[in-house]
Order: sequence, then structure tokens, then C-alpha cells
Amino acid sequence: MGALAAPDAVSPVLSVRGVAKRFGELQALRDVSFDAHAGEIVAVVGPNGAGKTTLLSIIAGTQRPSAGEVVGPPRARAQGARVGWVPQQTALYSKLSVAENLRLFARLEKLAEPEPAVQRMLEQTGLLERASDRLERLSGGNRQRVNVAVGLIADPPVLALDEPSASLDPRQRERLWEFICARSRGGTGIVFSTHTLGEAQRFADRVIVLDRGELLFDGPPQAFMRQVDGRGADEAGSLEHALVAFLEQLGR
Amino acid sequence: MRWLLRKDVLILARSRLLVALLIAYPVAIALLIGFAISRSPSRPRVAIVDETPPGQTVEVGTRRVNVHQYTEHLFSQVQPVNVGTRAQAVAKVKSAQVLAAVVIPPDIATRVSSGTIQAQLELIYNGNALVQSLVQSQLRSALAQANLGFSEQIQQAAAGAIDVLLRGGNLGVLGAPTNLIGLSSIPPLLRHVLARQPPGPDRAALERVAAFADFAARNLRLSKNVLSTVGQPIRIHSVLLHGRRTPLDTFAVVVAVTVSLMFVCILLAAGGVALEREERALARLVRGLVSRETLLAEKGSLAAACGFAVAFAMLAGVSAFVTLEWSRAGLWLLALAFGAVAFGALGVAIGALAREVRAASLLAFLLSLPLAFLALVPAGSVASGLYDATRVISFAFPFKPSLQALDAAVNSSSPALGVSILHLAALTAVFGLLARVGLRGAD
Repeated sequence: MGALAAPDAVSPVLSVRGVAKRFGELQALRDVSFDAHAGEIVAVVGPNGAGKTTLLSIIAGTQRPSAGEVVGPPRARAQGARVGWVPQQTALYSKLSVAENLRLFARLEKLAEPEPAVQRMLEQTGLLERASDRLERLSGGNRQRVNVAVGLIADPPVLALDEPSASLDPRQRERLWEFICARSRGGTGIVFSTHTLGEAQRFADRVIVLDRGELLFDGPPQAFMRQVDGRGADEAGSLEHALVAFLEQLGR
Repeated sequence: MRWLLRKDVLILARSRLLVALLIAYPVAIALLIGFAISRSPSRPRVAIVDETPPGQTVEVGTRRVNVHQYTEHLFSQVQPVNVGTRAQAVAKVKSAQVLAAVVIPPDIATRVSSGTIQAQLELIYNGNALVQSLVQSQLRSALAQANLGFSEQIQQAAAGAIDVLLRGGNLGVLGAPTNLIGLSSIPPLLRHVLARQPPGPDRAALERVAAFADFAARNLRLSKNVLSTVGQPIRIHSVLLHGRRTPLDTFAVVVAVTVSLMFVCILLAAGGVALEREERALARLVRGLVSRETLLAEKGSLAAACGFAVAFAMLAGVSAFVTLEWSRAGLWLLALAFGAVAFGALGVAIGALAREVRAASLLAFLLSLPLAFLALVPAGSVASGLYDATRVISFAFPFKPSLQALDAAVNSSSPALGVSILHLAALTAVFGLLARVGLRGAD
């Protein structure tokens, strides 16, 4: 598990309250509500079209909800985003080096001391030696590490990651999760979406199950598996099988 | 905005091929357009077969005009290629070595001298509709010029012959009497003789001869004037309604610079905005780090600054070859600045709507070239309805007002610089708004 610190149940760092999103005729999200706490890792899972990316985008602030609200942590300082965001695909400048990308976003985040923040992220992501390499010359795994580092440059209390390990090989995935878990241990609330349910089972403190924009479950992965097993699923030992069985039971 | 600007300059500096293309391509296009506009059509290459015997002349009264003078007039209007026979001329036309061939027949002098049978040249040409049109427009004009020149020679000869008839003297023709009395000298001479002549039939006859000589001399003088009137019956007096006359070469410079300004500004601005989308950084930026308005202003300003620099460098460079008034440089800068900003606004609108760099570049090219051509369509060259349509389109985009602003700044032409600048400012606002609407998709 990523979270060693006990989640603070009294004061969540992120509250999603009755969020709905409509794209024309399509209802992408319906009345979704949950909280995330400091140091907690929350996985958002569900089939394709469940609304995971839409939910993450609303949490990150790149989309506005049609109804409801997302309440972030109180701003501890004048600069920096309250929710760090790591989009599914690398959202950086390929002609700039690793350090230049980090420096640019540190300055756009209006950090009082951008250079120490850049150095800290280079060290934490293990990219110190690649600092002057242009992004276009990095492997997919290293690019994703820079992508995560940019999301964390302003040291936000909450980090939203949209399928962070989708394009990575197993070794790169392992290193990425080591890094994310370390941030979680430092008190950062993590909300991530994934199709790799093994990751959710292994690293998440809680899973949010979405389907067709509806929140169907919110609780620890083991509780979800037990719930499905209690209903008669054959293989409750795997979150993936539990989710498939769960959706079948619901006739979806 | 400072950090975004710095980032974009860094990215541009690292895309050297793109920058080189962005500058070289519009400059090349602009120079070609300028060259095409400023150069008068070159003289057509024409094969000439002169079948007239050497030294053959056209007789005008007692004067003679060498037929060779006609050939000389024709030679000065074209790039002549002398060939010996009609067959050789046809071969040259067929092999496209010459645009056309002109055959001057051996009987041309006889026909002109006859005064009753019109002389005739043979014009041989070939080729597609374009070549035929070129022959129609250029060669017929050259032949008309040669005809005019030759007819002036004949007029002068005729006027000289009339002058001798009027004033007397030597005709200069072998065998002709020398020291002839002129027609205008006869009436005073006769009046002198009549004063000593007693009344009678002889005196009456002499009085009739004197009256006729007086009448003939006056009418012969008039015929000299008639000859020059027939040679050029109507003279053209040009009146420019408004503005200063714009020399073609400086107008060509203005066109070339405006085309460059347009390409650099539109392509850079459109590419810059589209690149943010292509790199997927736009959503990251506009989630609170940078407002969409700031982002658009930054892209438009950078593109405008680059276009402005390229255009001003072109103006300064061209001034080494074409006379430009440097005392008006302040006005050039003003016109270029407003034009650059308007093109930048159009570019960001294209970039915001196109969403990816390749589509943005293609759209920018597809839009820019017709706009430039439409703005250069002269009034009266197309049907009035079509011309009105081109005016409306040109009014809605920055090329024509930029061209007019720069033309006013460089050549003092109309409309006034202030009018064009106001027009450009309005277009900047419209395209800026359109770009802002286009960026809504980043949500």
C-alpha cells in the first residue's frame, strides 16, 4: 500500500460533491461524490466510457462540471495549483529539455523559488543526469516521469493522474509507482484512473468504481472484492475479475 | 506572458529549418511577385523574313523612303531573328525558337507607292491559347508601333515634298529642274506683272491664274497640317483623379513586402497556437496558469514581431535597388506594425480553429494566397459583380488594408494611412475574438 499515514477523515484534501457532466445528449457523469484525504491513494476504475477521464479532468480543473463542485484544499500559499495534474499523454514541449520544461512550469506556477523546485523534482524523478536532454530524445517512461514531475512541481496537496502507467513497460511502471507512493507517504493525496486493475489492487487505499457516469462503489479494494464474492463471484481474489463479475451482476 | 514568450523563442531557435523555410519561402514568393509586377513584358522573339530587294524605296511625290526603315522600326519593337526564307521562319515557329514570324513581301514598296493597293505583311504563329493571346497582345502592338513609325517617315517625306512645292528650291531628284519657283511665290510675282499689264483679256486671264495660285498655296499649307492630324488624329492627355502617382517598381516592393509580412505572421501565429494543442500542453496551461487571452496575445505578438522584422529588413534591403524615401520610415513602421498585428490575429484564429500544426499551416497557405491575388485584381479587369465580390472578401481580411497602408506610407497613395490603420485595428479585434471562440475547445 502507498499510504502509511492514516487518512484524515475529518478534513479531506479533496471533496467531489454531486458532480455531473453532460456533453450534449451524453450524460458523462451523474451525481458523483467522494472525498480524498492527505496521503491517501484513490483509484478510479471502470470500463471504457465510464467517465474516468472526464472525472479526472474536472478534478484537475481542465473541464467545468455541468453540476456539482470540486472543493480542493485551502490554498496554503499565494502560488501554485491546489491540484497537480498528470494527463494521460505527455503534455510537455518536446523541443525543450527536461530542466527547461520543469523550469517553465515552475515559473508559470509562480513559485517563489523555481530553481530549487526544479532540482528537487529532477532528484526525485531520478532524471538529474538527463536534465539537459530534450524531451523528444527521452524514452516513453522517462517522459512520463517528467510529466508527473511537472504535475508535482508546485508541491500540490492533491495529485490527479489519468492512467499514468498506460504506455509504460513493467520496469518503468514499477519505478513510477515507487515515486508516486513516496509522494503519498509524504502526505500528497493521490487520485488516479487506470485500466490496470492490478495496480489499483496493489497501490490504492480506496477504489471508486464508475460505469456509465455513475459511481457504483467507493471503498477499499478488499471490501469491493468481498462484496462481489459475497454475491457469488467465482474469483474474488483479483480486482479485475471482481470488477468484471460485478458489472455482469448488474447486467452491464 | 514573459516565460511563454521565452519558451516560444527557444523552440523557434531550435527549429532552424522551420524558421529558414518560414523566412525564405515568403521572401522568395514576394520577390517573384514583385519581379513579375515591376518588369514590363520583355520584347517577344520574332523571326523576320525581309523579301524586299536591297535599297527598295517607297516614292512619295518626289521623295523616297527606304523600305529598310520599316524593318528597322519593327526590329526595335521585338527581339529580331533574321531568317532568309519563309520556310525557315515557319520551322523556327514550329520548334518554338521564336514566338512568331513576320514576312515582309517583295512588293511592299510598290503597294505603298501605288496609294491604292494596301501593303500587307504575313504574321505566322503557333501554340496554345496563352501563346496566341501573347501574340495578339504583344506582336500586334509591336507591328502597330512599327507601322506608326514608318508612316511618320512617309508623312515627313510628303511634308517635305509639299514644302518644296510651296516655297520652291531644288527637288533633289535626278533630272528635275533646279531652283524651282514655289507656289506661294507665284501670286506676288503675278501681282507685280499685273500692275504693269493694261486692261484686256490677257490681264483678266493672268488675274484668274493669280487667284488660283493664291488659293492653291493656302490649301497646300493646310494639307501639311492635315497630314499630321491623320498620322495621330487623337492625342491622350492623362488625368489622375486622386493621390500621387505610384511608380510600378515601388508598388511592386509594397506588394512583395506585404506578401512576406502576411506569410510570416499568419504561419507563425497559426503554427504557434496549433503547436500548443499538438503538444497537449494547452489544457495544462489554461487550467489556471495562463489565460486564453494571454496565450493568444503572446502567440500573435511573437508572430507579429517576427513578421515585422522580416518585412522591415526587406524594405531596407530593397531600398538599395529602388528609390524609397527614408524620411517616411516612421510611417512605414506604423503601417507594418498594424499590418503585422492584424495578420497575427488572423493567424491565431486559424491556429485555434485548425487544432494541429499541419492543418493550420495548410489552411494558412490556402487562405493567404487567394487573398493576396484577390486584393490585386484591378477594377475593370473582371465583371463588375465579380469585382464587388472580390472587394467584399478583401475588405474582410487584412491583406488589402495592409497593402493600402504600406502603399500610403511608402508612396503617399490613397486611401490615407489613418483609414487603413483603423481598418486593420478593427480586423485585429474581429480575428482576436474568433480565436478566443476557437480556443474554447481546450475545455
